[in-house]
Amino acid sequence: MQRAIIEPNPTPPADSKAASPSKPGSLLQHPNSVAAEVRNLRKIYNVGSPQAHEALKDVNLSIRANEFFTLLGPSGCGKTTLLRILGGFEMLTSGTCRIFGEDVSRLPPEARPVNTVFQQYALFPHMTVRRNIAFGLEMLGKPKAEVERTVERMLDLVHMREYADRRPDTMSGGQRQRVALARALAPQPKLLLLDEPLSALDLKLRQKMRLELKSLQRETGITFIFVTHDQEEALAMSDRVAVISNGHLQQVGTPEDIYEQPQSRFVADFIGESNLIEAKVADSAGSEAAFDIEGFGQVQAPIGQRVEVGQQVWLSIRPERLVLGAVHREGPQATVTDRTYLGNAVEYHLRAGKHALTARSPRGGLRGRQDFAPGDAVSLGFEPGSIKVLLS
Amino acid sequence: MSTARLRDLRVFPGFGLLSVGCVVFLYAPIVVLAIYSFNDGRSVTRWAGFSLRWYQTVFANQNIQTAAMNSVVIAVIAASVATVFALGAAIATVNGKKGGGEGAYVVLTFPLMVPEIVTAVASLVFFVAVGISLGFATILIAHIVFCIPFAYLPIKARLESMDATLPSAAADLYASPAKGFLRITLPLLVPGLVSGWLLAFIISLDDFIITALVAGPGATTLPLHIYGMLRLGMTPEVNAISTLMLAASTVLVLISGLLGQAGRKH
Repeated sequence: MQRAIIEPNPTPPADSKAASPSKPGSLLQHPNSVAAEVRNLRKIYNVGSPQAHEALKDVNLSIRANEFFTLLGPSGCGKTTLLRILGGFEMLTSGTCRIFGEDVSRLPPEARPVNTVFQQYALFPHMTVRRNIAFGLEMLGKPKAEVERTVERMLDLVHMREYADRRPDTMSGGQRQRVALARALAPQPKLLLLDEPLSALDLKLRQKMRLELKSLQRETGITFIFVTHDQEEALAMSDRVAVISNGHLQQVGTPEDIYEQPQSRFVADFIGESNLIEAKVADSAGSEAAFDIEGFGQVQAPIGQRVEVGQQVWLSIRPERLVLGAVHREGPQATVTDRTYLGNAVEYHLRAGKHALTARSPRGGLRGRQDFAPGDAVSLGFEPGSIKVLLS
Repeated sequence: MSTARLRDLRVFPGFGLLSVGCVVFLYAPIVVLAIYSFNDGRSVTRWAGFSLRWYQTVFANQNIQTAAMNSVVIAVIAASVATVFALGAAIATVNGKKGGGEGAYVVLTFPLMVPEIVTAVASLVFFVAVGISLGFATILIAHIVFCIPFAYLPIKARLESMDATLPSAAADLYASPAKGFLRITLPLLVPGLVSGWLLAFIISLDDFIITALVAGPGATTLPLHIYGMLRLGMTPEVNAISTLMLAASTVLVLISGLLGQAGRKH
């Protein structure tokens, strides 16, 4: 898998619409080419009316071929709008949208080499599973024999052979999900768009489908663009994740980048859990700086960008990287206000001056880890490199 | 909560009796009409034994047959044309919400609430003003117009209950708007279309007031003919025609209702 954050964009292949969306046999797409690219994308709903709403604000994004790419953000952040623009269901207000080099900004959905798995699946209720899967191929005017062959292959791919002649309304959510996938994959699109396809399933099935989706993506070699508000889902499946909030692209990177190196308060808070502490730069020297935290003391942390002494910043630290110890040395201290047993871990709620913090320690009290009760005073330790400095 | 309250209503004394009374009041005249259509005598009030003679008379009467034929032809054409218009109207009002769907809905269904005599007089005045001579054509035009809202309602209901992402899914799978409509939307609308058509057909078949005003001297429909017969005196022949029309209407309403139910379950 390609996991580098930055890479030169080689010239995309000169694939045009004339080369049909499905080229039988050539499932693997040109590695390292750009599958989808949006530049300066803006989307304003109800332009010119008092209810005008800017859903996407100057978004720039490159999605590579063969990538499992996730658009992650809270509901209403614009991630679905971006997906709908890629699919052609929504027209962009300004900017460009390219798919394998071809400008598709003004093309209707039926002219784009892209297929979608809809949130509620949108299976055709008056058709059998087989007819549903064949629909896209038939619309492309594929020969009958090829349609049949592909449908059979898709039925096997999603393990739905025994349901081939049933109608969608007689099937469970998970089965419909598989049919929707098969229907969207059958025409061998250059991009597969998935709009929160797992949100209608129960937890166990959702976890199973995660693995299936991931392996389907590897087997077919098709670029997947997946929309979700579930950060766990995003981290588990994606090659890269784009975090979107309020119409802005916040950060793009591998799941590790996004989790370990958040670049804004929003990302630190939205992905997993974070303690966010306001601090002032006390001293800065090279790649390290000291920060004053009110009622707390001073901490050291590595910095990525230049900071000025006296500048206001935010420090982020994950609950599992905050280490509690008995009070016997100098340094930041806190009082335990609450202790919650979580089965595989114990969570402590702490108060340090005006700051409320959360620490999580795996199976507190066991394996040499000290356990604490509400009211105990504790000293706070930070694992090396665990404090992230955020300027916004 | 509401079902509990409905059940409570039944404990009031006399509730059962009242219900029976209502049903009798509604259906007794129709039942009596149907029974006397099998009367052997000429009276519509005194029973003289069972016979099918009045049905034989009806089927032998050339005028009745002509009138019935007119009625059916007008109803079939009016219902078909009205259904096509209604389909267009339903698609426009359900999908094109930006174009003032609410206003269009009110305008489309308002004729249902206008007193029929007003529509009848308006149609008559219009035809005279424009200079179309009264006859078969004017009946047909008037029927098409007043059938549209009746055909519109079931189609609109069906369209609203349809998953709105289905046409998007068709477009996503490379179907042009026309192909998507023919392969996805239209087949799914069939129950609504049939239901709307049947409703329009019955309304057209039964109409008296508008037809009476816009029919010329030559053209006649079954309801007009029956009214004419009444003026010459009541015989069970009228009962027989009425019973036949009732039977036809009942079957059609039943089909329409069943289709509507099947549609809602979907």
